[in-house]
Parts: sequence; structure tokens; C-alpha cells
Amino acid sequence: MTFFTNLLQMIGAFAINTVASFGRASIFLFQIILGFKDVILRSSLLIKELYSVGVLSLLIIVFSATFVGMVLSLLGYVTLVDFGAESSLGVLVALSLIRELGPVLSALLFSGRAGSALTAEIGLMKATEQLASMEMMAVDPIRRIISPRFFAGLISLPLLTLLFMGIGIYSGYMVGSVWLGVDEGSFWSQMQSKVDFRGDVVNGLIKSVVFGFVVTWIALYQGYNAYPTSEGVSRATTNSVVYSALAVLGLDFLLTALMFM
Amino acid sequence: MGSSRKTEITVGAFVLMALLAFVYLALNVSNLTGFSSDKGYQVSASFDNIGGLSKRAKVTLSGVAVGRVIDISYDKETFRAKVTMRINSDVNYLPTDTQASIYTSGLLGEQYISLEPGAEDDVLKDSSQLDITQSALVLEELIGKFMSSFMSKKE
Amino acid sequence: MGCDNILSDTFIKIRDLHFSRGDREIFSGVSLDIPTGKITAIMGPSGTGKTTLLRMLGGQLQPSQGTVEVEGLDIASLNRKDLYKARRRMGMLFQSGALLTDLSVFENIAFPIREHYNFRESMVRDLVLLKLELVGLRGAHALMPAELSGGMQRRVSLARAIILDPVLMMYDEPFTGLDPVTLGTIVTLIKELNQSLGITSVLVSHDIHETFSIADYVCILSEGKVMAAGAPQELMESKSEFVQQFVQGKPDGPMPFHFPAGSLSNDLLGSKLEKGQHLS
Repeated sequence: MTFFTNLLQMIGAFAINTVASFGRASIFLFQIILGFKDVILRSSLLIKELYSVGVLSLLIIVFSATFVGMVLSLLGYVTLVDFGAESSLGVLVALSLIRELGPVLSALLFSGRAGSALTAEIGLMKATEQLASMEMMAVDPIRRIISPRFFAGLISLPLLTLLFMGIGIYSGYMVGSVWLGVDEGSFWSQMQSKVDFRGDVVNGLIKSVVFGFVVTWIALYQGYNAYPTSEGVSRATTNSVVYSALAVLGLDFLLTALMFM
Repeated sequence: MGSSRKTEITVGAFVLMALLAFVYLALNVSNLTGFSSDKGYQVSASFDNIGGLSKRAKVTLSGVAVGRVIDISYDKETFRAKVTMRINSDVNYLPTDTQASIYTSGLLGEQYISLEPGAEDDVLKDSSQLDITQSALVLEELIGKFMSSFMSKKE
Repeated sequence: MGCDNILSDTFIKIRDLHFSRGDREIFSGVSLDIPTGKITAIMGPSGTGKTTLLRMLGGQLQPSQGTVEVEGLDIASLNRKDLYKARRRMGMLFQSGALLTDLSVFENIAFPIREHYNFRESMVRDLVLLKLELVGLRGAHALMPAELSGGMQRRVSLARAIILDPVLMMYDEPFTGLDPVTLGTIVTLIKELNQSLGITSVLVSHDIHETFSIADYVCILSEGKVMAAGAPQELMESKSEFVQQFVQGKPDGPMPFHFPAGSLSNDLLGSKLEKGQHLS
């Protein structure tokens, strides 16, 4: 009997905690969005964050996109050539990158590179009382520090995803056509006839906007609510990456089901 | 202020690169046709069997793409499949007795419609109907026919 | 009970303050008046919520019961805009310095001006350099906070806290972890700021010697209540056992050295370690 009530209590406590932290995160998000006006008025803050969130993630995105495109092309060729259908290689590479791999891999890499950095930065600012000192200087840290980072993340990830898709497809073409000898004309023309702008490119982009929103939100919330010790900050950073990955993969399934069914 | 200028320049380059990638995806990878105002004209044709023909399949003239399939439906009056296609407006010289056939590119490739011009003087206009059609070759049917003729020869 | 019997002109009025964090009650009915233009020290053993009290003066924490009035304004009831307006008249020196790590010393001090006013660059420069000169670090204006020692960081932080000419200065443990020379300069600076500019100062510390040397009034907090209050001299001569223990730093007295626990022989001889009873 006590086991049963203990179990019930555990489930109850978990549910209450989950709902409470969702509530806190939503209020936090609301406050961030209220800071939109300040971000527009002081675009220099936004540009600085676009640099540290977006430009600094470029290297890993470009590098990964190149190799993912090459591997896709190589594996696709090996499979398709058995059916004599290697002319569909372009379609395979382009569709998998645009619908799925581009948005998802970019989001995962982004959460590892930029998301974790954001969490650690905000968490450290909290632990060293920088956020509290800003409040005492009558500067709202959410508007001054958090909002510009949020909008920078929201803008950066779709841009990075576009680059990932473009570079991935081009490197797939280099391997498929230039190295493996798939006919260049059928590679591109089949791709063009099968890839739809509205149905594939725009939907892939919508995915990446959603991912950018969620990854940045999680990263900032984890940092802002980190326990203000070095252990707390390191745990928040880990949580930020883990939760982002789970959220991205779960949402990806949901969005794919909605978009491509 | 030198460092902030450098930041702005790199951010600008980053945004520009991403936009270029977007244009590349729109124009080179997918078939963005929204920009072109060429709506062309529509013609329809009825087939006994369209096989695996799908929307957005190519419509060709001696192998040259001149249009796309835009709609496929089933006509319950004639019990046949009705395929609507859009032909580019510069191809305005197709005779009314043009024949439409469904072919497959390669053994396992996609299916497309091939048009063969006839001999009439009148040309196809918007919402004309193609009367002479040839259905898709369905592999099972083909094998069935071959088998039955093979059997009957044997007897 | 409180410091209310000693003053002329009250700047901060705290009445029946209650606050708890989780199950732990930090304040249970603190009432306290802080006089204008004087240095008031809040003292007490670690963990008595001295810093929490400062946070409430700045409106960063809300009391669960009771009021905190600064210049006649009930801080907890202010809306966001009025609270931020009230904070512009306050300066706070954090224990860690709390400098913004991605800005240079100069930019750190200029930060509040740049955020609130649209001054010409030359004016910002003059204001910042004047305050830096005051804390003796004009030569370090181009350095980054990471390149400074702890004491220098605290001096820069002090310069930043007074850049908007506050009427109330709050010092959170200003004397901890400093070498004797820096300690001396900080003590002198706090005294000078108070005397020359007439800034009302609230100082939180547990360093008896330095605090008693500059404070006009001292309040000792313990177990969520004001235990004693008065001028430093009065407290030194107090008959209260508690005050004597605190002032002289005796290991045992009314304030226990041991965390509450069962008997030692039980723990040593028994097979199971008894759980220490919870502090509440």
C-alpha cells in the first residue's frame, strides 16, 4: 500500500514539476518576445549576436554538409546502380537533404555549437551575478541580453540550414557526377522535376524555423534557470543539448507527418 | 569601432551566402515556376489505363519537354482516366489529331506523356480534347498476353 | 525592537518582514529603520539572509509578508517601470564584482550611462575617467575584467555602482577576500563616499573589525530576527551574551558551533548513522 501511494506521489510530483517548468518557460518566452522592440531599435546588439551564434557555427555546418552530401551520393549510387536507376541519384540526394537531413542535422549541430555556448554564457553570467548587477543598474537583462540572442538564433538556424542544403547537394553532385560518372544532365533534370519548391524547399525551411525557435528557447531557458554554481552551469549545458536533440527529433517526426503525408 | 565593423561585414557575408543558397535551391534544384508568367494552355486526354503516371509528370514532343501533367481524375461517365496537361504557350502549332501516349523512361524510370502530331490543319486550343490515346504498358498485362499466346501456339 | 530608536531621518523603513526559501524561514518578523546619510551595517552569522535583505531593498526578491519602504516607496508594490526608476537611484557593490566579462573596464563603467542616457562620447569619457580616478584605476581603463585582481575588480565595480550618482549605496560583503592594502582602500572609499557625497550606505558584512570602524549604526541579525542594534560602541559594551559572542568571535555561546546532531557516542558506537535533525 505504501509502495503504491509512494509511486502515486512520485508521478504526481513529476507531473506538477513538468507543468510548472513549462509554465515558467512560457512566461520566459513571453518576456523575450516583449523585448522584440528593443532588438529592432538596437540592431547593433542583434548583429553582434548573429556573429557569435550564426557566423561562428558556419565552419561546422559547411564541413558537415560537404561530407553528408558526399556520403549520401556514394551510398545512393551503390544502391541505385544495382537497379540501373543511378539517374535518380540527384533526386535521392536532394530530397533527403532538403526534407530531412538539412533541417535536422543543422539543428543538432547548431544546438551543440551555438545552443550549448548560449547556455554556458548565460549560466555563467548568472553565476557571477552579472545578470543581477544589470537589474540593479536598472537594465532589464532579458531585454538587453536574452532577447537579442533569441532572435539571432531564430534567424541564424534557417540561414545555416539553407547553406547546409545547398552545399550538401553540390558536394553530392561532385561525387555522383564528377567522380562516379552519373550523367550530369539526368542528375539535375530528374532532381528538378521531382523536387518541388513549395512542397519541399519551403517545408524544409519551415522545419528549420521551428527548430531554431525551439533550440534557442531551450538553450536560453536552461542558462537563465541554471543553478548558479559551476556544477549547475555544466549540468544546464548538458541539459540544453540533450533536451534540444530530443525536441528536434520529436518535432521532426510531427512536422514530417503533417507536411509530407 | 573597427571590430564592430568587421563583425557587421562577416554577418553581412553570412546572410548573403545563405540567400544565394536559397536562390540556388529555388532555381537550380527545385522547379520554381512561380516567377514565370507563362501559364500556357490546357488540354485533356482520356486513357484506359494510366499506369503509374503522376501529377507533374513531363509532357514531351519528340523527347522535348513542352509541358506538365497538372491533374489526373477518373471520369465516371466514360469509365476512363482523364489527364489534364498544361502545354507551354509557344507550342501553339499542335494539330487536333495529335496522339498522346504514356511511356516509361527506362525500365524502371518515371512515366511521361509523349505527343505525336497528326496531320489536321486546325490546331489545339485551351481546353481541347485529345481523342487518340495510347495507354501505359502494364508489365503484368504484357506478360499475361505473351504467356497466353505462347500457350496457344504450343497446342 | 529594531534600530528605530536611534534616528533622526529614516531613509529605509522595514516592517515585519517575513521571507522563506523552500522550507527554510529566513526572516520571521524583521523591523528595521535605516537613517539618511549614514553608514548602517547589517551583520550576522553566515546564512542569516543578509544578502537576501539587500536583494529585497533592490526589489529583486519579494517578501512573503511585511513591507520594505525606500524613500517612502513600497518597493514590492511598484510596477516594473517605477521599480526600474527607483533602481536608478541605487547603487550596489556585489561580492564578486559582477563586472560584464565581455566589456573592458572603461565600457563596464560606461555601461549604465550608455543604457540610460544618450550622452556625447566626450561627456561619457569624462564621467568615466573621473570615477576611475576616484578608485585609483584610471590607468587600467583599457584592461579586460579578467586581467584584474579581485580587489581591483571590486574597485571598478564600485566606480560603476556610483556612476549614476546614487542616493543609496548597498555593499554586499565588501571586505571579504582582500589583501590588507586593498582592504584599507575599500574601507576608506566607502567612508569617503558617504561623507563627501552624503550617500546613504547599507553595508552587509561579518568582518567585525572593519565594519565597526566605519559604521554609524550596526544591526545584528540572527535566526530571522534583529538580535541587537545600536552604535558600534554600544554593542561592544553590550551585556547580551549573544552580542558578546558575536563581537568577540567566541566559538561557543548562545550561537552553537555544532550543526544539530544526535549524540556523538551514538554515532560512533551505533551501527547506523543517525540523520542530523533538519535545520528549520
